[in-house]
Amino acid sequence: MTQLLETAVFPGPDREKRSGPGGVFYRPVSTLTKGSGLALGIAVTWFSILVLIPLSAVVATALAGGWAAFWDTLTNAQTLAAIALTLGEAALVTVVNVVIGTVIAWVLVRDKFPGKRLMEIVIDVPFALPTIVAGLVLLGLYGPRSPISWDVANTRTAVFLAFAFVTLPFVVRAVQPVLEELEPEVEQAARSLGASGRQALTRVVLPALAPAIAAGAALSFARAVSEYGSLVLISGNLALRTEVTSVRILTYVEGGQSAQAAVVATVILVVALLVIVALDVLQRRVARRG
Amino acid sequence: MNAKARAGWLAGVVAVATMGLAGCSSAVGETSGAPDAEATSLSLVGFAVPKAANNAIQTLWAQTPEGAGVTWVESYGASGDQSRAVEAGLEADYVHFSLEGDVTRLVDAGLVDPTWKDNEQGGIVSSSVVVFVVREGNPKGIDSWDDLIADGVEIVTPNPGSSGSARWNILAGWGSVIADGGSEDDAIEYTTELFNNIVALPGSGRDATSAFLAGTGDVLLSYENEAILASQEGEPIDYVVPDSTLRIDNPGAVLKDADPKAKAWLDFLYTPEAQAEFAKLGFRPVIDGVTVGEVEGANDPANAFPTPGTLLNINDDFGGWSEANPKFFDEDNGIVTKIQVETGKSS
Amino acid sequence: MCCSGGWRDVAETSVARPIARGPRGQVGAQGATKHLLRWVAIVYVALLVAWPVTLVFWNTFAEGLQPVIETFTDPLVLNSLRLTAIAAAWSVVLNTAFGVTVSMLLVRYEFPGKRLLNALVDLPLSVSPIVVGLSIVLVYSTTNGWFGAPLANAGFHVLFSTPAIVLATTFVAMPLIIRELVPVLQEVGVDQEQAARSLGASFPQTFRRITIPAIRWGLLYGIVLCLARSIGEFGAVKVVSGNLIGQTQTATLMVEQLYFDFDQEKAFAISSLLAVISIIAIITVSLLRARAESRSHS
Repeated sequence: MTQLLETAVFPGPDREKRSGPGGVFYRPVSTLTKGSGLALGIAVTWFSILVLIPLSAVVATALAGGWAAFWDTLTNAQTLAAIALTLGEAALVTVVNVVIGTVIAWVLVRDKFPGKRLMEIVIDVPFALPTIVAGLVLLGLYGPRSPISWDVANTRTAVFLAFAFVTLPFVVRAVQPVLEELEPEVEQAARSLGASGRQALTRVVLPALAPAIAAGAALSFARAVSEYGSLVLISGNLALRTEVTSVRILTYVEGGQSAQAAVVATVILVVALLVIVALDVLQRRVARRG
Repeated sequence: MNAKARAGWLAGVVAVATMGLAGCSSAVGETSGAPDAEATSLSLVGFAVPKAANNAIQTLWAQTPEGAGVTWVESYGASGDQSRAVEAGLEADYVHFSLEGDVTRLVDAGLVDPTWKDNEQGGIVSSSVVVFVVREGNPKGIDSWDDLIADGVEIVTPNPGSSGSARWNILAGWGSVIADGGSEDDAIEYTTELFNNIVALPGSGRDATSAFLAGTGDVLLSYENEAILASQEGEPIDYVVPDSTLRIDNPGAVLKDADPKAKAWLDFLYTPEAQAEFAKLGFRPVIDGVTVGEVEGANDPANAFPTPGTLLNINDDFGGWSEANPKFFDEDNGIVTKIQVETGKSS
Repeated sequence: MCCSGGWRDVAETSVARPIARGPRGQVGAQGATKHLLRWVAIVYVALLVAWPVTLVFWNTFAEGLQPVIETFTDPLVLNSLRLTAIAAAWSVVLNTAFGVTVSMLLVRYEFPGKRLLNALVDLPLSVSPIVVGLSIVLVYSTTNGWFGAPLANAGFHVLFSTPAIVLATTFVAMPLIIRELVPVLQEVGVDQEQAARSLGASFPQTFRRITIPAIRWGLLYGIVLCLARSIGEFGAVKVVSGNLIGQTQTATLMVEQLYFDFDQEKAFAISSLLAVISIIAIITVSLLRARAESRSHS
């Protein structure tokens, strides 16, 4: 979720009153000029053609059978299990990413050691590698032929592993620029005022990083719930155990049941949107407090 | 050079590279065949497994007067995916699928004439049987359906939910119990124990083969032709044709508004020469009188297609797919679907 | 990004007390904690990403150079690379135009529905590739798609040819440029732009001479991320392309086809190429950016 700054201005005829923890301020309803208005119109039209219309086709298909059919699909045991597994593992991976991503960003910004450059590059690789290839090599290393005998194929851990792989860069790359901007003087000041290392961390650094961490977390979650390619070979697709929503949707599609497929897709879409919005709200709160 | 100029340089290099790639292979994309005023182009949409066989037969056909000068545009993938693609507008003159249901979908969509299977072979152009693929040397000694449900045996099979062609495997197991004199309840019990031993349900036949070759499981339920092909490619596997198994029938059909040459192609597929090519790649001939030479990769290359003790088929033993699909694989009430969910819950 | 001036005021007026510094004068975690963090980061990244990726390159050259040469002289492979390049190029161009426009609108203007647009723009990242493919098929299917049937009657085929591949690729890579640009635009601020406008520059002039140079690194980084994502897209393209050999097979589809035809080395060879292209693009931009920034700081 990209963080937007509110532009606080003075009251006026075309301004709407907004209030926040810092008090009342006035945000203009619209500052669009003719040119930017046109640009917005074109952008929104393109966005509709590319994204909104296809996605509404999915939602429409989901609702085509009415609410009864919608509910029936959702409460199917296999489907419910798939949704729970996907959301659960995605949330778990996001939590892990928040911690480890911040640590990695910290190490990249504040630490110096031979090979640091290499680590910088490696972190971006999950963006660069086609997911099917990622799946192949993860299977090779952490499957039955694992050279270090770590066989997690066909278990939930495999799902976690695939998710962790594709979401690694998000929190790191969100936090890194913020950490770079954060001047050490601020921490120094805290320390010189008697704060311990830990206090300096929790009272000064982490709140400053929180919006970036939240943004990265939102993306990490969103990316994880949609993952498919890297899971296909390593997770085993076992009903109620390692079957994720992408596979469930595919099963429905294969069976000619587009309506049910659309139902599952819509549910995931809505959850992802909610998470994005929730993290955005969280960001705002923290940013305003800080 | 300042950074801005360097960025511009980079962009320029990328642009030139793209255009270069675009330009240099603009001629590629036309398949082989002499460009000629009489040249016909036929579109073949098929399931993944018989790609090599189809290509070999195309070469053979090109040497006949009927097939001379014909160029091919082909697409191979999972049978269900391909069928749905044709329904959604993928151009095709001839389709070759793994299951009859995938052709029925096109009949329902008005793309294939309902009389497509009114020939001696019932529309089937290639055939195989369900087999057990095991590690080289068969270390766990898996030879029969009963061996599959023994303790500690790990089975890999494609997912009957997401892969229509996976259904042959499960039905073969069921059918063997009934053929042995068991009741439907016995068969349900057997299938439940089978699913208890299944450790992975990859999306498609090839996915399952890949997972097995990467080390998952002790035995892979698959098709004889898949096993033979893997063997030909040097993979370290063996396969067992169980005493009682199910014949796999792959239909081929010509579309309603296909090029007339497509019909000639379909007729060619039923000739001994074409079926011999299928046989070389592990498929069992669907007509009589085919001289099957040495089939590399088979258990016994000189006698590649032994007749199993009991050979079931979908029509006689299961009432055809129109009965079998709802009974076993219906999304909510199918016998196999319910077993899949039950066994999932119990672990 | 963070702070109000408050802390700085405190720093300036407080009594200086000795602060622990590392041997090179760094502030922050010292000794054991620092090493712990460093090793946790290194081990995690190594096991999760570095090692699997080296396996890709290892498998490529496992049988020597011969299969690699065969791969890249195969006309079908070259064709698939060409198709990937075309789809990626279109995706980058379309997403850059859209991305820059939307980023400017989101940061520099107010309008009703702004927050909604901001949230929606991140949505494509959370859509599974199967759903992307499904949605495009639903809309453009010639039998009962919303647009598909009328378009087909007009002779324009979207599905199972290049337009659908471009649509799918552009869809999945859409948020990437915007995500990079918005923070940079906010960082850069409006002062210079306002100054230019007050001196009489028109919007295009300001945009070209002031805004773009200020955001160029964020923009370039977003562009290479978009490029990398477009090159690597598999699931959605698989559904909408029809996988026509020699016509609508992209490089990633080719990788799958080769792997399943028991042609592993070729599959890995193409994968290595795709990975290398993306990695080089990302490294180049990072290096150039680092060099430009260090030069501007000195």
